[in-house]
Amino acid sequence: MESILVLTHMDETGTVLSKASLEAVTAGLELAAQIGASLAIGVIGSAAALNGVAATRARFFAVEGEVFTQARYATDAAAAEALCRAAGASIVLLPGSSRFSRVAAGVAHRLGGFIDTHITALTAAAGIEATRWFYRQRIEAVISRDSRPWFLLVDAGTQKPYAGEYAAAEVEKVAVAAPASRTTVTGVRAPEQGQQTIRPDAKMLFVAGAGWTKKQPDGQVHTSEAAELILGFLRASSSSLGSSKSLVDQGGEGQSVLPFLTHMNQIGQTGATPRHAKGLSTCCHGEEPHVVGWRFIADRRAISLDPNCGWTRGKADVVYIADAFAVMAKVNALLGTRE
Amino acid sequence: MANAVHIVVCAGIVPDPLQTLEPVTGPTGPGLKNEMVLPAVLDPWAASALYEAGALAAKNPGSKVWLISLGPKAKLQQVMMTVAQKVGFELVPVDGPIGGFPDAHSTAAVLAETIAALPGLDQSKLLLFGGWESASRGAGVTLQLIGERLGITEQFQGVDQIDLREDGSFEVLERVEGGKHQVSVCASTPAVLGWATGNLAEPRNNPQVGMANMRTIMPALAKAKVAKLEANGLRYVSASQPKQQRVTRVEKNMTPDEIAAELVAWIGAE
Repeated sequence: MESILVLTHMDETGTVLSKASLEAVTAGLELAAQIGASLAIGVIGSAAALNGVAATRARFFAVEGEVFTQARYATDAAAAEALCRAAGASIVLLPGSSRFSRVAAGVAHRLGGFIDTHITALTAAAGIEATRWFYRQRIEAVISRDSRPWFLLVDAGTQKPYAGEYAAAEVEKVAVAAPASRTTVTGVRAPEQGQQTIRPDAKMLFVAGAGWTKKQPDGQVHTSEAAELILGFLRASSSSLGSSKSLVDQGGEGQSVLPFLTHMNQIGQTGATPRHAKGLSTCCHGEEPHVVGWRFIADRRAISLDPNCGWTRGKADVVYIADAFAVMAKVNALLGTRE
Repeated sequence: MANAVHIVVCAGIVPDPLQTLEPVTGPTGPGLKNEMVLPAVLDPWAASALYEAGALAAKNPGSKVWLISLGPKAKLQQVMMTVAQKVGFELVPVDGPIGGFPDAHSTAAVLAETIAALPGLDQSKLLLFGGWESASRGAGVTLQLIGERLGITEQFQGVDQIDLREDGSFEVLERVEGGKHQVSVCASTPAVLGWATGNLAEPRNNPQVGMANMRTIMPALAKAKVAKLEANGLRYVSASQPKQQRVTRVEKNMTPDEIAAELVAWIGAE
């Protein structure tokens, strides 16, 4: 019989489980129910955080200690390894957070196991089957493995976060000696530009393409105006900002740039593939390397001057052939009025 | 020479992003239709790692860069014609299968074995670079696994910056959620760094660098060892392209006012 361990960690407050961890708990509960497996939940950080998932009636394990509060390879690997050995599970589910993405494969190796990541769905047909994408969201595959333990890193945003009654969880504390590490985590830094433009939980993604910094009908470049329009829209709509590679790259090529954009805003083949309910693309040609980053955007609209752009070829739901400067100025005015 | 580092960059080759990719199932599992004739490029995030490696080596005299790449020899040769003009490196090719479907654990085992056997590599000075995810398998696990096999437990993923200091320590910026960076200081090498985009633009082609590299690339390709990758129990149930093709409404005659009104209603709708 299979046994499942869900490995979790705390959110940035350090008091409760992260949202991605709660999603992994949901995945664990559902898979355990499908295959009749036992369920254990382990946490790195604080045993008290498991009170939020006490209603799952899983077996609970925790590694505590100041040295394990920070996300760092050596300490996280040691803690996760100890939790896995304590639970002795054949299937280990982890949230696809930056913290566990950094360390999960190393832990799988230490346990003689195997890992698959970016899992978007888990089902039990002829054994456990996991769905993931290859080639930057261009090919979807269903995989299975006979070897155990099998580690599966579940992509954030693919499951409903677990929500249950708060209760006192009976937690087995797992003692781990702090491993030697040469790394000191000194903090978290926002991009130099200071403006928080990436909002993973936003309902909407707004993508700016290179057209914003090209010459406009008057023969001039209007980068400052573009920046005001884009930031104004982000403020009014609470959207997350994405960008095409070409627009971000302009910074390194000495061209006129939008000062708040970094490579972290980049969406597509060489950037992120975020999950939002809606997406609005502006001044972007919508060709395949870019659109692969939109795989998980459900409702897509685009504003483009080019009636033959990629978006019009079945990649967006609605395409407005128009000047984005004019349209976004009107949109911002309307959103301002609505506020 | 105090800060001389030995940088090993692991970089695969992937189909040019502009190509249409169609999965086909063969006797050993899924692959890409016409895979061997698709134009290939160096994996984009691994290419960022190579450019960062070149810049770091240039700033720290006595440093050396190795580029380890696993793929079919013929494709590696084709890609190297361009890559060799970017930065100076010693190519260590491994002749093996192309594509995103082979198991990452097997790939890591082959690469770790290759690195451990590199003549002249001082592992105490090692910075193991690569892309934090490939554009083919995109699993983000290969570097971690190599690191574990080599006994390196200072590992960083989603790296955008490294600042090597006089005392041999270095500061690393890793991507975390919400568009932020986690800042860490590592006291010394060795370490594993899986690069995101970094901060460097793609270097211009330099024919002189290209000629110097090619003197060693061609002999290295000629004697590349052959690697067979085990499946490790990995089984593909299916592999398919997404079917979704949207019915696009193209609006060519709406005024900015009309479009704005429609967009605002759409934004506010649940």
